[in-house]
Amino acid sequence: MSNEVRAATLEMPELRGATWYGHKGNIYATAIVALVMLCSAWALLQDTRWIYLLVYIWFGLGYGIFLQYGRFCMASAVRDLFAVGVPRMAVGMLIAVMLFSLTAAVVKVLGVNTFHPHPLGWHILIGGAIFGFGIVFTGGCASGSLYKSGEGNIGSMLVVLSISFTQAYYVTMGGWLNKLVPASWTASAAAKDMPAQLSVTDGWFDQFVAGYVWNLQGGQLSDQLGFDGLFSGAFIGNAFLGAILPSLLLMVYLYFVVYRKGYLRRRKIMAPRLRDHLRGVWSMVVSSRNTAIAGLCLGVLAGAHMWATGELREHYGIFNFGELLADMGHTAGLSIQDTVFDPGYWYITTQEAQWGAWLMDKAGVQMADNIFFGLENGIPDPLINAPGWMSIGIILGAAVIALARREFKWKVPNLETAMFALIGGALMGLGARLGMGCNIGAFFATVTNGDLSGWVFLGGMTAGGWLGVKAFNSWMEWRSGDDDLAI
Amino acid sequence: MAVKFEKVSEGDYLLDVTGYVCPHPQMYTKKVLGKLGSGDVLTLMFDNPSSGESIIAMCESAGDELLERADEGGSFRWRIRKA
Repeated sequence: MSNEVRAATLEMPELRGATWYGHKGNIYATAIVALVMLCSAWALLQDTRWIYLLVYIWFGLGYGIFLQYGRFCMASAVRDLFAVGVPRMAVGMLIAVMLFSLTAAVVKVLGVNTFHPHPLGWHILIGGAIFGFGIVFTGGCASGSLYKSGEGNIGSMLVVLSISFTQAYYVTMGGWLNKLVPASWTASAAAKDMPAQLSVTDGWFDQFVAGYVWNLQGGQLSDQLGFDGLFSGAFIGNAFLGAILPSLLLMVYLYFVVYRKGYLRRRKIMAPRLRDHLRGVWSMVVSSRNTAIAGLCLGVLAGAHMWATGELREHYGIFNFGELLADMGHTAGLSIQDTVFDPGYWYITTQEAQWGAWLMDKAGVQMADNIFFGLENGIPDPLINAPGWMSIGIILGAAVIALARREFKWKVPNLETAMFALIGGALMGLGARLGMGCNIGAFFATVTNGDLSGWVFLGGMTAGGWLGVKAFNSWMEWRSGDDDLAI
Repeated sequence: MAVKFEKVSEGDYLLDVTGYVCPHPQMYTKKVLGKLGSGDVLTLMFDNPSSGESIIAMCESAGDELLERADEGGSFRWRIRKA
């Protein structure tokens, strides 16, 4: 019998027999959902084309609900392995990867898959490592910080704030940093003949993107392995070979390295046979029921999101939300290509960078003279930033379920956790920009669509997480020296 | 608000990591459980829900017993007996 079942849960006396209405959390949770419904109806009454933006909000709400339900944070997938020897979240993440790969394959067969592969290079590994180091200190990945914000955690809100502003700053930084950029990148960027207003030879990130990343190749496994059929390419090439097989192998690895010893000891199995190990792997998968369920649901939801956005693009005859915004008369904040950031699937960090850039732009800082904002993503008003509303949806969805489960609590960080949030968030921002996304955009969305660059990002994130745990342990040891933790 | 660890009585300890997010609660719990003797009981107080999942798994793995849980209002008070 598990500890969870064996443990006696004590409830506060005043809550025994309380009605549904008697619990304020239920009322607040219902109010949030009602408010989103009301705002959605109002937006649709103004213009039915806002449905495109509303899809992001409602899927965000769904992500938030399942993230909080399963305590689903990919930071703990790597961190808890090294920190406390717990594979719970790593397993949940792999379940989600397998399910999303199948739903993404269905969407590809339907012809509305919105995924674009990432160029593969050293930047993915390095970005992943910096990101992985940062998430140990922030206590959450990019999505995790959003859902924990929905639980009332102000420290996690600081992480989101830090990611937003530092990313916006990184992509516009020039000056002395220009001198550190390899001359070959500068020359290559200049040769791209980009519009003068982007000033691509001024700013390290522009030169990194135009002079290095754009020269790299990327692709999906279905194309790289030469699968001609749409079905075989999507299901065998991308889903099975690119995501399911590596996930199963990683699960077996996790079982043997992290879980097996404790499992066999608890079951008092001295000479294990194959069936014992198979039962052990299953026991590992279901050891945290909520996380496994969340992994399943998030995998399905992410595919459904991709399908819904793809269908809407077909319906409106567009490739990017910017076209729809321009058609609706909202041209402010579009890129010079009339585009905005519009991945069409679960993504986190870029819209947060746009929030930071929008505020900096309002403060008078020139933010659009670069590739990231000026050419590709734009800096739309947060009120019409569709992926931005997905992030807000995650916060609201998490708040709904945290309130309903009586787990919502305003938590003000102390100086230590606030510093960790801001510095860790800055590292996550840097890692995300170098790696071209976070654990969602650069890992989850890529590996599930047959883009192997995501596994490289995970490798970097794992190495960074390992280093982060070492550094965190050293910090703990140092703190223990002068506080009452020493026995 | 700081991490608080104290000996309440013989074989009975208290760790309060309220206000801390991941990975503090689970890492401090692991550190403290590593210092306790077999049969000692630790009362753990925290308010970061996701840490609870990791702590349950950690106890399962080590054979430590979760004696009782009081979860309410986003605050958690658990008692763990070290194996």
